Parts: sequence; structure tokens; C-alpha cells
Amino acid sequence: MNNTELELLKIIADMDENVNGAFNIRANGDLAARNVTENINIVTKSDKSGIDIIIKPNTKNEKVHIPVIISETGLNDLVYNDFHIGENAEVEIVAGCGIHNCGGENSGHDGIHTFYVGKNAKIKYVEKHYGSGEGTGENTMNPTTVINIEEGGYMEMETTQIKGIDSTKRITTAKLGCDATLVIKEKLMTHGRQYAATDFTVDLNGENSSANVVSRSVAKDDSYQVFVSKINGNNVCSGHTECDAIIMDNAHVSAVPEITANHIDASLIHEAAIGKIAGEQLIKLMTLGLTEQEAEEQIVNGFLK
Amino acid sequence: MLELKNISFSAEGENGKKEILKNINLKIEDGFSVITGPNGGGKSTLAKIIAGIIKPTSGQIFLDGEDITDLSITERAQKGVSFAFQQPVRFKGITVHDLISLAAGKQIGITEACDYLSQVGLCARDYINREVNASLSGGELKRIEIATVLARSTKISLFDEPEAGIDLWSFNSLIKVFEKMHNTLGGSIIIISHQERILNIADKIIVVSAGDIINEGKKEDILPELLGKSKAACKVLVDNMEGE
Repeated sequence: MNNTELELLKIIADMDENVNGAFNIRANGDLAARNVTENINIVTKSDKSGIDIIIKPNTKNEKVHIPVIISETGLNDLVYNDFHIGENAEVEIVAGCGIHNCGGENSGHDGIHTFYVGKNAKIKYVEKHYGSGEGTGENTMNPTTVINIEEGGYMEMETTQIKGIDSTKRITTAKLGCDATLVIKEKLMTHGRQYAATDFTVDLNGENSSANVVSRSVAKDDSYQVFVSKINGNNVCSGHTECDAIIMDNAHVSAVPEITANHIDASLIHEAAIGKIAGEQLIKLMTLGLTEQEAEEQIVNGFLK
Repeated sequence: MLELKNISFSAEGENGKKEILKNINLKIEDGFSVITGPNGGGKSTLAKIIAGIIKPTSGQIFLDGEDITDLSITERAQKGVSFAFQQPVRFKGITVHDLISLAAGKQIGITEACDYLSQVGLCARDYINREVNASLSGGELKRIEIATVLARSTKISLFDEPEAGIDLWSFNSLIKVFEKMHNTLGGSIIIISHQERILNIADKIIVVSAGDIINEGKKEDILPELLGKSKAACKVLVDNMEGE
């Protein structure tokens, strides 16, 4: 791997050469490296592009890294990754995609990730999307995440897009069984003329299932963001969705929360707020000696931390 | 030393132009000065003019002889003016540790940050990693606000009604903070306050009313007069009520 690729790996998956545990690195559409452990197997799909990640029941405290990097201009990569998480397993999965596009052609990665979270399993899923490169070609990423959580299962998803993705449509759907819990934390920043659409749909099907979908975003320059979050309460359940956006310059932001109760004991809340940085926040930091620009950076960085 | 020369400020109100400050002339030496007076008299405006948040309509401000009238908020802060807001600002995502580091002008360690929090009576470990957001109470925010000024430790430390929004119990410990500050923080400490106990630790008291300085001088001279007046005002009120 060259330095650019190693740097991307560090940014999106916090990986270096000494990573332990199971991993699968996909670079420019091909398998670059893989490691499996006694409890975590990774198998290449035979019918289409992608992998199956199979985590044995009762696996504890292990991590899986499955980053994708693209450093060739004009490459469009499509993968299907399926995660089978056994009962009672407790693992962390780190995905992420980095594109370094130096050329004039568009590069892109569309990952379709499907999770089967077994009974009482507990997983944390972290994905980061990042683009770099001086080329004029656009970087696009359209991740789709399909989540199925069985009885008593728990999934926390942290999805972050901080820089350099010109166009993205991020679709997440989830179905929760009895006593299942889903927590989604999205962080998004767009700049230039970027476009980002986020679409969450959560079906709270099981008794006592719960979901918390929280998005924080910053839209700068001429960028455009659309946030849609739908929670359907189909049983005794609780759901909360929150979108909080800072708008700057000439950006546009739409937030469309939608909650539907199909059961008398469904308790659902939505909150959405869009606004510019409050003048008094800037003033406070300026009284500490920061310039207006430094104050703005601190506020944005803190908000997305 | 801070010097205000012929400072005036007027703003457009519902009934036309309103003079909020009228030709204020004031010298503030090192030590502990308290600006007091009735609500709406122009005290907070005066503080904001010193910090650079409001530009005066006319007049000049000097810091150690240098004219800082046209300097921005940032430039004044860098020259040594600190300002604790009457209503502290909340930030989503910025932690107490972050804010104190920003105030100190460098990344400071947890021990040092905790030190500042302990000085304002907060149990540091409980607060250091908390966000400066709506989850903190008014009193907690107020103490953190004061801690940011301690962390800056500048020539001029300006506090706009530090007692506002603080309950009686917290206020008692806050007084101790200011008493201690009197001994440790150098330079000029300027507090806008209505509280007798804060007035009581002042070296100098300045009384601002209806946009004017109506009285200023040593605490020993001004405070008895102020207290006498308020007692007299109280007595008139009580007499009236009893007479009804």
C-alpha cells in the first residue's frame, strides 16, 4: 500500500499496520488484505461482489475492521457486505470508506451493509466517510444499511461524514424485535457544492423495542442537506428522533422527521432544529481572545465532536 | 489602568432615540471596583462597551494609556480584558475542559482545569467532561463562566452581575470566591452588582443611575450612604404601608 492509502486507512478506520483481530481491506475494488480469528470469519461472496462477516455466538470484546479505500480516479465500486452476529456476542465493527481522487473522473463507492443482530447480541458499528484529492472528479458514496435486530439485541451505529464527499445518499432501514434497542448517531458536514441526503426508517415491531436516532450536521458554503427520519411504532415501544443542524453561508438544509404510532402504547418524539451559529456564542469565544473565524471553527468542531 | 473619557451611548427605542450612557468619565485603578445602581441605569451597557461588544456613540477608552476604542472584542481580549457574561452562553459539544482551555489560551491538563473549577466551588471531577449545554443549571453555568475569567487571569476582569441566577446557598460560596480573588487575581477586578456583600469587599464603589455616574469613591465613604438611603427608602415604604 502507498502512503495515501495508509493515510486513508488511518482516517476512516483508525487502522495502522499493526492492527489486531479480524479485518478485511478492500482497495480499488479488490481484496488487499484479510485476517480472520477463531470467532470471526470473513468469506468472499460467490454470487456477487462483497463479503460475509460471521461472528460466532458469545464472542466477546473483539473488533472487526472492514475499510474500503479507492485511490484510482474513475472507479465505481459496489459491494454487498452481510454481518451475521451470533447470540450474546459483543463486538465492535469499524467500517468506513475513503476516496482519494486526483483525477478528472468521478469515483464512487456504494456499500450495502446488512446486519443480522442475534438474540441479546450487542454491537457497536462505526462508519466514517471521507474524501480527498485535488482532482476535479467528484467523489460519491451511497451507503445503504439494513438492520435486523432480534429479541434483546442492541446496536449502536455511529456514522460520520466529515469532508470531501461531493454527493451522498445515505439510506438506513431497521426492524427491531422484542426488547431490541437501536441507537444511531449521525455526524455530517458538507461544504462547497456538496449534496447529502440522509434517510432513516425504523420499524419498532417488537414489544418494548426502542430507538434513538440523533443527527448533528453542519452545512457550509453552497451545500445542500436533506434529513429524513421516520419511526414507526408498531407495538409497545419508545422512539426518539432528533436533528440539529447549523447552517452557514448559502447552504440549504431540510429536516423532515416523521413519526407514526400504530399502537396505543407507542411513545414517539421528534425534534428538529436548524439555525446559524448564535451571535452570542461567537462573542463569548471572542472575549476569550479567539478571532471570529477561530470561534466559528471551535463551535463547529465541538458540535460535530 | 482603565480610563473612560466622555463615553456616551444612545440607541433607537420605541419612543425614538434613548440616551443610555451620558458622557461617562471614569478611571479604574488596580484593585476591586464595584459598579452598582438601579436596574436599567446603564451598568451592563458600560461593561459591554469596555469589553468591545458595544461600540460607544462617542468617547474614548484607554487601557494603560493606549486608546482601545476602535479595537475589536478579540483584540481587547488579547490585550487583557476579560468579561464574564450575566447570562452565560451554552455550547453543544464543547466541554467544560475545552472552554477553560480556550480561556487559558492553551490546552491545559485536567489537574489545572480542575483547579479553576474548585476555586469556584464546583466538584471538578463531576464537571470537567460535561458539555457546556442546557444540562447544566444556571448556577453551574455561572460558576463555569467565572472560572473562564480566572483561567485567563488578565489585567482587567469584568463580571456582569455574578450573583444573578444563583441561589442563596451557592451565593454564599460565591462570595468566598470573590473574597479570595481579591487576594489572588491581580489587576483591576470590576464587578457589576447589587449585593451588599459584594459591595462590602470593594475598594471602590461607582454608582450609575440613568446613564450617569452619580457617585463614586472609597467603599468606606459610599457604602454607608447607599445603605442609609436604601434603609430610608424602606422605612418610607413601611411607614406608608402601615399608614394605609
